[in-house]
Amino acid sequence: MIEHIAIALVAIGLAFDLLGAIGLIRLPDIYNRLQAATKCVTLGTTSILIGVAVHAFAQDLNALGIKALICAAFILLTSPVAAHAIARGAHISGVRLWEGSVVDKYQEEQNK
Amino acid sequence: MTFYVLALFILLFACFLCLCRIGMGPTAPDRTVAIDTLGTLVVGFTCIYALTQGLDFYMNIAIAWALLSFIGTIALAKYLEGRGFDD
Repeated sequence: MIEHIAIALVAIGLAFDLLGAIGLIRLPDIYNRLQAATKCVTLGTTSILIGVAVHAFAQDLNALGIKALICAAFILLTSPVAAHAIARGAHISGVRLWEGSVVDKYQEEQNK
Repeated sequence: MTFYVLALFILLFACFLCLCRIGMGPTAPDRTVAIDTLGTLVVGFTCIYALTQGLDFYMNIAIAWALLSFIGTIALAKYLEGRGFDD
């Protein structure tokens, strides 16, 4: 039963990871790609790590499970920070928005 | 365990898509996003591989990879802003 829960968590994480990677290929500009890749892949990898931890605790691999939970917490904390830094760096280095984008709050804030 | 082997191949395919974006990406921030995503995917890959082998020291590789990927991404973002590393 616990193995089925772990497999369901890993499957959800795999779906998010694969959709994030496809979004990284398909979307038109850096900011769209950033939100697809970072949000989907952060949630997907966290789900995979929690599923692996559940399966490891069920199989009495306690060290593996605790390390997986530490890794999940770390990814959940650092990945949004990295994405924010990349978006700010891209905007400051002068990468244009896609022509279909309708609003640029950061530029409006700079122009005040 | 067969499911986890399939999961490893799906993650390899996602990593291949990230490598395509690193090759194609027209600007430097595109490549930086793809490198960050690739690092996160490799952490998940290593974790599932550790579970299939039943060895916990692969998780040390995953934790170290996550740390180094974060530091590298922050350094590249600082470089994109055109500022020094000390402010």
